[in-house]
Amino acid sequence: MSQAKIGLNEISGSLVALDDVENVSNEEVVEIQMANGSTRIGRVVQIEGKKAIIQVFEGTNGLSLKNCKTKLLGHPMEIPLSKEILGRIFNGSGKPIDGMGEVYAEKFEDINGKPLNPVSRQYPRNYINTGISAIDGLNTLIRGQKLPIFSGSGLPHDKLAVQIVRQAQIAEEDGVEFGIVFGAMGVKNDVADYFKRSFEETGVMEKVCMFINLSNDPIIERTLTPRCALTAAEYLAYECNMHILVILTDMTSYCEALREFSSSKGEIPGRKGYPGYLYSDLASLYERAGIVEGKKGSVTQIPILTMPNDDITHPVPDLTGYITEGQIVLDRDLHMNGVYPPIGVLASLSRLMKDGIGKGYTREDHKDVSNQLFASYAKVSDARSLASVIGEDELSPLDKQYLAFGKLFEEVFVGQGFNAKRSIQETLNLGWALLSTLPKDALDRLDNALIEANYDPEHAYKTIELAIKGE
Amino acid sequence: MANVIYSINGPVIKVRNTKDFSMMEMVYVGDNHLMGEVIAVNDSETTIQVYESTTGLKPNEPVVGTGDLLCATLGPGILRNIYDGIERPLKKIAEVDGAYIGAGSTFSAIDEEKLWDVKILVKVHDEVHEGMIFATCKETELIEHRSMIPLGVNGKVIEAKNDGQYNVNEVLIVVEDETGIKHDVCLKQKWPIRNPRPINRREPLNTPLITGQRVLDTLFPIAKGGAAAVPGGFGAGKTMLQHAVAKWCDADIIVYVGCGERGNEMTQVLEEFSELVDPKSNKPLLDRTVLIANTSNMPVAAREASIYTGITLAEYYRDMGYHVAIMADSTSRWAEALRELSGRLEEMPAEEGYPAYLPSRIAQFYERAGYVHTLSDSEGSVSIIGAVSPQGGDFSEPVTQNTKRFVRCFWALDKSLAYARHYAAINWNQSYSEYIDDLSRWYDKNVAFDFNDLRSLIVYILHEETQLMEIVKLIGSDVLPDDQKLLLEVARVIRVGYLQQNAFHPDDMYVPFEKQYKMLKVIQYLYEACKPLIAKHIPVSSILKTGIFEEVIKMKYDVPNNNIALLDTYFNKIDEALAKVE
Repeated sequence: MSQAKIGLNEISGSLVALDDVENVSNEEVVEIQMANGSTRIGRVVQIEGKKAIIQVFEGTNGLSLKNCKTKLLGHPMEIPLSKEILGRIFNGSGKPIDGMGEVYAEKFEDINGKPLNPVSRQYPRNYINTGISAIDGLNTLIRGQKLPIFSGSGLPHDKLAVQIVRQAQIAEEDGVEFGIVFGAMGVKNDVADYFKRSFEETGVMEKVCMFINLSNDPIIERTLTPRCALTAAEYLAYECNMHILVILTDMTSYCEALREFSSSKGEIPGRKGYPGYLYSDLASLYERAGIVEGKKGSVTQIPILTMPNDDITHPVPDLTGYITEGQIVLDRDLHMNGVYPPIGVLASLSRLMKDGIGKGYTREDHKDVSNQLFASYAKVSDARSLASVIGEDELSPLDKQYLAFGKLFEEVFVGQGFNAKRSIQETLNLGWALLSTLPKDALDRLDNALIEANYDPEHAYKTIELAIKGE
Repeated sequence: MANVIYSINGPVIKVRNTKDFSMMEMVYVGDNHLMGEVIAVNDSETTIQVYESTTGLKPNEPVVGTGDLLCATLGPGILRNIYDGIERPLKKIAEVDGAYIGAGSTFSAIDEEKLWDVKILVKVHDEVHEGMIFATCKETELIEHRSMIPLGVNGKVIEAKNDGQYNVNEVLIVVEDETGIKHDVCLKQKWPIRNPRPINRREPLNTPLITGQRVLDTLFPIAKGGAAAVPGGFGAGKTMLQHAVAKWCDADIIVYVGCGERGNEMTQVLEEFSELVDPKSNKPLLDRTVLIANTSNMPVAAREASIYTGITLAEYYRDMGYHVAIMADSTSRWAEALRELSGRLEEMPAEEGYPAYLPSRIAQFYERAGYVHTLSDSEGSVSIIGAVSPQGGDFSEPVTQNTKRFVRCFWALDKSLAYARHYAAINWNQSYSEYIDDLSRWYDKNVAFDFNDLRSLIVYILHEETQLMEIVKLIGSDVLPDDQKLLLEVARVIRVGYLQQNAFHPDDMYVPFEKQYKMLKVIQYLYEACKPLIAKHIPVSSILKTGIFEEVIKMKYDVPNNNIALLDTYFNKIDEALAKVE
């Protein structure tokens, strides 16, 4: 059921008000027809008796109180879905922009989704082999996980995302297809282009569904982009039985769009001017990752966000970290030293790792090796700060060994390069090789039996050399 | 005239020109019967917060009052269940609505069909009073459910059923009070979640809640009936710690409130607790657990209510004479829900946008903890362990600061410890427990007379270490005299070998008090035995070469929990190793 009206009663920022409307429902979609024939889409955000406040996605530029017609569509914001959306490119609000025409919809779905019942979730346990040691070995990505990349301007987060897409063996033995949903919010044109080109080069383009909102596109549309992308992902995962990897970049732009919109509505701000509901809003996106019991597919999320001024306590990374199941943090110092991927291992974390590794998943000793690597690498920074005060020469022999270990760890284990793809065996063996450069006593997180079986200083350097050559 | 919706703003709706509603009354909103609660009433408008998504709601849809405050349903069948913030059974919803939670699902919180084997404890002509236990049934393998006479009912039993199988709605006894009014009493009862349940009197807190986590039990114990806060930035291990305490603490009943947290975490608790077995009774842990899951993507108003629902269930089991521990993960999300609703009501904000009544709400919640003498003349307790998620890990923000004022036990989690994978990442310099003095007599009596001294020694060594590390950071450890080097080494044994615990190691995830005590004894012995050697100018490095320090560090793995006597052999081992040095 739809109703039409001529003209508007108030315009303020991206919000317009309509008086004397009957039977309007909360969050209903509104179509605004301009005099020149183009249409814009809006949504009812507040109702006050017969007055409805509408948020216009494409902005209110050129809108006057009488040059337009509004039509209430009687349903919440929906996008058309079918398996054909793979290989297609859409704008931020789900309209095709690749010139291949409208999608023939099998289904329309509300982009806001509904909260998933925790009882119906299946706890994610199967790991995704990304071929990157710092992720596989120390911060394992699990299918159905939401694992963001915390980055900063100028760091190679896009490159890392592309490498993960290229190397991740998402396709499973049981023949479940995989697909990628890519949501770009407020990114530069060249970044969107880089992803598109990389997908084409990797030959996965027909498995990718892209939603693109560029940095000069309207901000209100930006607040819809991740919702459209996730709705598409859920459809592909749970109705078409596919393993879907969702890449969302850049969440910081999304949050800034939300802030802009919130202040134009005159809401009381929380921290740094962001709305008080930023946490709930981000959760409504991130929580849409997971596995539903009884369905074959899964939704894995890798949101990318740039930390303003590399500040991890900024509200966007901070609230994200509270919702997501860990984070991969990129480190500027490592990047400056030429280490790629510059993953700051200590600050990174994968919460689901503990249940998805070990016997039956990766390798029995995985938990212990990663634990020991973390503990030993944590000592490296202590030794370094000491060395910066008293000089390297004055360090105790053990601290010197830690410094050498730290260097190898960063350059070989973490800095594997863009083209290297390591199996989990290679990663763990390399981990043992690095640990073997330390004295036995220093391995305080390991069982004696494990040390006896794997501690092998003689062959350590050979393994390390092979890894450097990328073999 | 029927009441209808006038305005809608997110989860807040308003009704105009009505005087039908009372404050905090539960109402049904719209054609779908969404659950809501009246939060403000004035001449012209009544404001209602809705506990479900308001998408699709229209003005002029009806609003119907129930005449009741927002209540929790109490009775057998609560345990093993998982609820959302307003006590709707999520399993039932999943069966009927599928994987997603639909709007307006109304199901009874407890199974109304199931027949329970009920034993009636009162006879006709008995005098009964409120809170008295009148019937019992076996709720789970582990827990006996003791049904109490509802509050406000006192008088004589005039009808009573015999023992037998009844569902929760069957009237089991009828009580006639002094004024001649007859009250039907069945297993199912209601209680408004925002009101504390009455008690006979409060008792002093002098028994510890034993958690099996060494750093908590030894250094920062919480008393049964006490309240503790666990603040920490993301990734510091709040949830890990809450899970560990929920699994291993010696409470009879666990209420686990996942308030605005991750969905997968609740799934994990549900899975893990059905598999894990309680070490004392060999029954699944789920038999003593009730979960409340209002995950971060579920409606924000229900998140605000979830804390109260949880504590009401906890008090209900306390009144039966059980010791209950409630985990609230995380109270910051609850405070944020308050902030969000307050913003929608356009109230004047105080610090960081939080409403001015935040401290009083936090206080009201934590004050519902306590060790009490119940109305049924037994003893029970509610201990609260609330996680706090400060933004940016900054403990000076309002929720952490206000929580600190109302709890007596503060377990500060430390990011740098978490980075080094030191679990439990509790910072021993920032944390404190004010219960220590109250509990010292219990330790004297139940653990050992010298436990308090051992504890003081550990605290002293850790404190000294912190001071010495300031120097070491500047000039390195080589310049320290040997007695200080020894102290650093012993502190390392305490940190790595004692405080740090492996949550996945079968013998280290839970450590009985006896083992904790003996481990402390071994460490103390090691320290004392090394001191004379240092006095003889034997360098610390040659003592370290014997490897005895490493051996002591690994005793937590090498001594299984079922053979604690093995720890006694370490005294000999230390003597032998040190004898070689001389």
